[in-house]
Amino acid sequence: MQHSVSIRDLSLNFGNVKVLQHLDLDIAQGEFIVLLGPSGCGKSTLLNCIAGLLDVSEGQIFIGGKNVTWEEPKDRGIGMVFQSYALYPQMTVERNLSFGLRVAGMKKDEIDKRVQRASEILQIGPLLQRKPVELSGGQRQRVAIGRALVRDVDVFLFDEPLSNLDAKLRSDLRVEIKRLHQRLKNTMIYVTHDQIEALTLADRIAIMKNGVIQQLSDPHTIYNKPVNLYVAGFIGSPSMNFLQGQLHGGAQPTFVADDGTSITTGKYDFAVAPAGVTKAVLGVRPEHIVIGEAARSMPFSAEVEIEIVEPMGSDTLAWTKIAGHQVTFRADSDVHLEVGQKLLVGFDPARGSIFNSETTNRL
Amino acid sequence: MTTEALSASSSRLLEGPHGAKPKKLTISRIGVYAFLVLAALFFLMPLWVMVVTSLKGMPEIQMRNLFAWPSELTFEPWIKAWDTACTGRDCNGLKPGFWNSVKITAVGTVFSIVIAAMNGYALSFWRYKGANILFGLLLFGAFVPYQVVIYPLILAFRQVGLFGTFPAIIIVHTIFGMPILTLLFRNFFVSLPPELFKAARVDGAGFWQIFFQIMLPMSVPIAIVAVILQVTGIWNDFLFGTVFAGRENMPMTVQLNNIVQTTTGVREYNVHMAATILTAAVPLAVYFISGKWFVRGIAAGAVKG
Repeated sequence: MQHSVSIRDLSLNFGNVKVLQHLDLDIAQGEFIVLLGPSGCGKSTLLNCIAGLLDVSEGQIFIGGKNVTWEEPKDRGIGMVFQSYALYPQMTVERNLSFGLRVAGMKKDEIDKRVQRASEILQIGPLLQRKPVELSGGQRQRVAIGRALVRDVDVFLFDEPLSNLDAKLRSDLRVEIKRLHQRLKNTMIYVTHDQIEALTLADRIAIMKNGVIQQLSDPHTIYNKPVNLYVAGFIGSPSMNFLQGQLHGGAQPTFVADDGTSITTGKYDFAVAPAGVTKAVLGVRPEHIVIGEAARSMPFSAEVEIEIVEPMGSDTLAWTKIAGHQVTFRADSDVHLEVGQKLLVGFDPARGSIFNSETTNRL
Repeated sequence: MTTEALSASSSRLLEGPHGAKPKKLTISRIGVYAFLVLAALFFLMPLWVMVVTSLKGMPEIQMRNLFAWPSELTFEPWIKAWDTACTGRDCNGLKPGFWNSVKITAVGTVFSIVIAAMNGYALSFWRYKGANILFGLLLFGAFVPYQVVIYPLILAFRQVGLFGTFPAIIIVHTIFGMPILTLLFRNFFVSLPPELFKAARVDGAGFWQIFFQIMLPMSVPIAIVAVILQVTGIWNDFLFGTVFAGRENMPMTVQLNNIVQTTTGVREYNVHMAATILTAAVPLAVYFISGKWFVRGIAAGAVKG
C-alpha cells in the first residue's frame, strides 16, 4: 500500500541538541494524524521538516510516494496553516489567497476559479476585499486555511491553528476543520498541545516527548490503553489517578498499594502474565470511579472522605484519598457532595492501567 | 422602577471624595513649568539672534543691539546669501551647493536604504552560514573612526579613477550608513513573525519575491526612520563632501563654510546668518514634518508587534 506521507528514520540535530531522534511514521491517504505533546517535544519541528522549512540531519521523507527529502516546500504538494495565521498584512484576502498561484504563474481565470471555490467552502466570500487587520481571529484563520486550500494539494499541515483563538471560537473551528476533512478527504497532519483537539479530530494520535513518538494509535486506544506512564498522565483532564505499590503475580495477580491495601486485578488484560513481585503503578481514570451503591459491585471498593469539591457544571469533581494517594473522581452534577462527607467509592482495575514503576511501560 | 433604583443609588453616596479625582495646579507644578519655559527660551536664544541679525542691515548690526528686533526690516542678506555671496572667486551664492546637496542626499539616501533593507532581510530570514559573524563585523563598522578610513579610501578611489566624482561621494555615504541602517532593518525584520516568511516559502515565493512583495511593503515605518536618519546625516555632512565630492559637487555645507570663511572686506554677519539658516532649513524641516513618524518607527523597531 502506498502511504500518503512516509517518514523514515528521521533525525534532526541543532548542534548537539537532538530535536528529533530516528522517527518512523507512515500516514495513510486521507488520514487525519495529530502530533500531540508538550511544548518543546519536537512536534512543530517535525511538521516543519515535513513542510521542507527545516533541513533534516538524517533520514527520508516521502510524500505521495516521491522522495521529497531535498525538495523545496513549494514542490512537496503541501499546504500549511500557522498558529499566528501568517497572512500577508498589506494584501487583501483575495490576494492573500492567490499569492502562491500568482507566484507560480497560473492563468488568471484558473486563479479566480480556485479562489472562488475556496471562499465558498470556507464562507469567506464577503471578506475577499478586506485586509487581514479588518478580520477577527476566526476569520483570519479561515483565510489561512483557504490559502492552503487554493493550492489544491494532497497534504495539509496545521501548526497549532487554533491556539490563538478564544475557547468558544476554538471549538467552532475545530468542528469546521473536521467537516473540511470529511469533505476534502485530504491527508492532514495537525500539531497541537491541546488533547481535546487531538482526541476529537484525529484518526490516529502520535504522542511525542523529547523528539520521540511515545505512542501512535487511535484516540480510543490512547485514552484507554496508554503504553506508558507518560502517555497515561498526559492524556485526560483531570489526569489519571496513580496508586504506587507492587504487583504480585500468580493465578490471580494482585496489586498491593504502599499502605497494604490489596486490589485484585480481576479481568485486567496483561500483555505478559506477571510473575513474582514487581514494583508497579495502578492508574485509574477519574470517570471510572463510581460512588454509592454501584461501588459495592466493583472488584474494589472502599469508604473515603471527601476533601475538596469542584463543581464543573456538567459534572462535579471530588478529591479524596484511596490507599494513601490523592485521587480525584467524577460524579454526576446532581449528586450532592460535601466536604467531609463519608462515601463508598469503587472501581474495576480491569478498566485501569498498570505500569512497571522502573520501565514506566504498561504491563 | 428603574429610575427609582437609580436615584436611590445616587443618594447612597456618603460625604468625602467621589467620582473623578480633580486636577490641581500645585506650587511645585508651577515651578516645574516655569523652569521648562525658561530652559526652552534659553535654548531658543541663538536661533533668535540668527533670525533677527539676518533681517538687519550692516549699519544696524554694528550698533550691537544683538537681541533687538531690526528697526529697518530687510531681506537683502537672504537674497544675497542665496544668489550672489562669494565663495573665493565664484559669486553665485549658496544656490549651486543647495542643488548639489539635494542630488547627493536623494541618490545617497535611496541607494543606501535599498541595500541596507536587503542586508537586513537576508540577515534575519535567510540564516546562512556565517550570517551572525557578518552581522557582527558590520556592526563593528559603526565604531570605526572616520579618520582611520579616509586616507585608504582616497587611495582606493584614486586607483579606480573615481576620486572627486559624484559616484565617489554616493559610495562613501552608502558605506558609512550601512552598519546603522542594516541594524535598523535587521531588528525590524527579526520582530516580524517568522511564520510569515515560512508561509511565503510554502507559497513558492523565492528570495526576491518575498523581499519585494511581502517584506518591503511591510517595512514602510522603518524605512521612514531610515530616510530621516540618512537625509539629515548626508545633508549635514561636511567632511566627506570636502574630501570626496570634488569641486563640481561641493555640498551646501562646504559652500556655507567657504562663504563664512571668506576674509576679503567686511564680515557680512547678516548674510552669514541667512546662509546658515538656509543650510539648516532642510534637516529642520525633516524633523518638524516627521518627528511623530520618527518616534513611531524607532518604537516599531525596538518593540515587538
